[in-house]
Amino acid sequence: MDSDQLLVLYGQMAVIRRTEKAAYDMFMAGLVKGTTHLASGQEAVAVGASAALHPDDYVFATYRGHHHAMARGATPEECLAELMSRATGLCKAKGGSMHLTKAVSGMLGSYAIVGSHLPMAAGAAWSAKLRGTDQVAVAFFGDGATNIGAFHEALNLAAVWKLPVLFVCENNLYMEYTPISAVTPVPNPAADRAGAYGIPAEVIDGNDVVVVYEAVSKAAERARAGEGPTIVEAQTYRHYGHSRADPAKYRPAEEVERWMKHDPLDIARARLEALGVDQEAIAGADAEAKRIVDEAVDAAKNAPAPDLAEAFTDVWADGGAAWRT
Amino acid sequence: MADLTYREAVAEGIAREMRRDPTVVCLGEDIGPAEGVFKTTVGLFNEFGPERIWDTPISEQAIVGAAMGAAMTGLRPVAEIMFSDFLACCWDYLANEIPKVRYMTGGQVTVPLVVRTANGGGLGFGAQHSQAVENWAFTVPGLKIVAPSTPADVIGLMAAAIRSDDPVVFFEHKGLFASSGPRPPEGHVVELGQAAVVREGSDVTVVALASTVPMALAAADQLSTEDISVEVVDLRCLIPLDMRTVLASLERTSKLVVVEENPYQGGWGATVVSIVADEGFQLLDAPIKRVAGANVPLPFADDLEKQVIPTVDKLTDAVRALAAY
Repeated sequence: MDSDQLLVLYGQMAVIRRTEKAAYDMFMAGLVKGTTHLASGQEAVAVGASAALHPDDYVFATYRGHHHAMARGATPEECLAELMSRATGLCKAKGGSMHLTKAVSGMLGSYAIVGSHLPMAAGAAWSAKLRGTDQVAVAFFGDGATNIGAFHEALNLAAVWKLPVLFVCENNLYMEYTPISAVTPVPNPAADRAGAYGIPAEVIDGNDVVVVYEAVSKAAERARAGEGPTIVEAQTYRHYGHSRADPAKYRPAEEVERWMKHDPLDIARARLEALGVDQEAIAGADAEAKRIVDEAVDAAKNAPAPDLAEAFTDVWADGGAAWRT
Repeated sequence: MADLTYREAVAEGIAREMRRDPTVVCLGEDIGPAEGVFKTTVGLFNEFGPERIWDTPISEQAIVGAAMGAAMTGLRPVAEIMFSDFLACCWDYLANEIPKVRYMTGGQVTVPLVVRTANGGGLGFGAQHSQAVENWAFTVPGLKIVAPSTPADVIGLMAAAIRSDDPVVFFEHKGLFASSGPRPPEGHVVELGQAAVVREGSDVTVVALASTVPMALAAADQLSTEDISVEVVDLRCLIPLDMRTVLASLERTSKLVVVEENPYQGGWGATVVSIVADEGFQLLDAPIKRVAGANVPLPFADDLEKQVIPTVDKLTDAVRALAAY
């Protein structure tokens, strides 16, 4: 990856980091209701993977999906407006933090039932195969999803039908509050299951955007060549707790410290410096990210509330909600 | 034209749509060369081949989840869940994913799929292969629900279901597979949500669905010898629910019996009668009766099963009581 492309990815990660911080701050200020599952610390997985995909590829994500939506073209303004229940939100304020979706750019949803979207991604890949396109589908999921039935059913189906699908696990070491290692008999919860389905797997540093980009590029190439699914297990760490109410006190201090020193933005910055990119350019990307997110916060705050009639739209394809005569 | 059976109508209905629309594909357990455990996919694999008729593993979540992903990306999948009892294995998709994704994304995606399933009892299959579970689907906003009673309706409603841009759960009644009726002409489509008055009468309206339609017609025949004139309404669909036809019938008869195979507890008839009580109270000259499945698991022995599901005798008793009221 050349320095220009890396600088772009760095900028995207910086925007996501600042958007998540803004979401956190607005939650604490009472401007965001419900819950949020912030992806700070996991930006490199979304950004590196998306950089490896084509614009018409499909992405399915989880309730911790802000970074995936933004990596696939959702703007911070659309995302924050959705979190703040505004009419201009990505899903017209009908989805919320856990369901960010940007279908026009192939980001087909964030699903809040753990593991449910892996079969969907397999189905989108099946569809691409049947329609004869070279599209691939990607399911991003957490380590906790590897112990639910849908994960195993999806892997088996994808393998036996040789589907162009990538299963990208963001292993952040914790399901919600419990370490994944406490409830899983193998050290790599996604990759170590791959052998049972004859699927190749790779465990990578999910905090290094270049490493993610390379692993996903290789997996996507395999998929487009008709060689079937790949599992990429990206080791990463969340900077916040599981959800907004969780201070994550269950995590040992030295573990937190070790991972905070292994920050995706720092790693990308070091790579940029090694490639000879000057400090000014990096600072410029940071300043641009700050500007984008500051403006997004203002725009979202000033956006109107949804029209109340929207409660009764979008149930059916005709736009309505009629269920009887 | 020669008659055809209900089971043949299922395959014929699917085949007609597959001939006119290359995006229609089928997936399910044993639907390919084996032609379905109920022989409802006879001829499809032969005519359309493995590119459009896909045998799956016994993985209900993968079947319906993949159908959802494919439906979101340009195909019109028809997924078979062998016995409707097994819908419980993939209920996440029917309850949380398929009916909600359009709404929670603010209308960004469309899910044009059909989930077909063999429903209902009377064949002595015991507690886990005999249930009438149309009321399960009826509890979920966002699903259309079809349950035909004749071969012609199977074909006409299958056409409408597959062409629908909304998700449809299509209940095929096991007890009707061997029944036969006229083969409808090519191009036969029965719009979703249009009930049929299948027998006119003046004393009592019987609202029925799927297996209870022939039951109601048999009861009406029997009661006609007692000078009781029964009007039979075949709802055909639960969503959209054609209450206009039910209320119009009550204008003629003033008395209502609802006969439903699903359990009394939470059965669809409860919603029908609640609407009548609310909007048609002034039409009624008698209390409303519901003949429904008993609130017990389904027993194995034929004589025991008859105790707990609707029968012609139970229905005639209910109608007689109302006629005499």
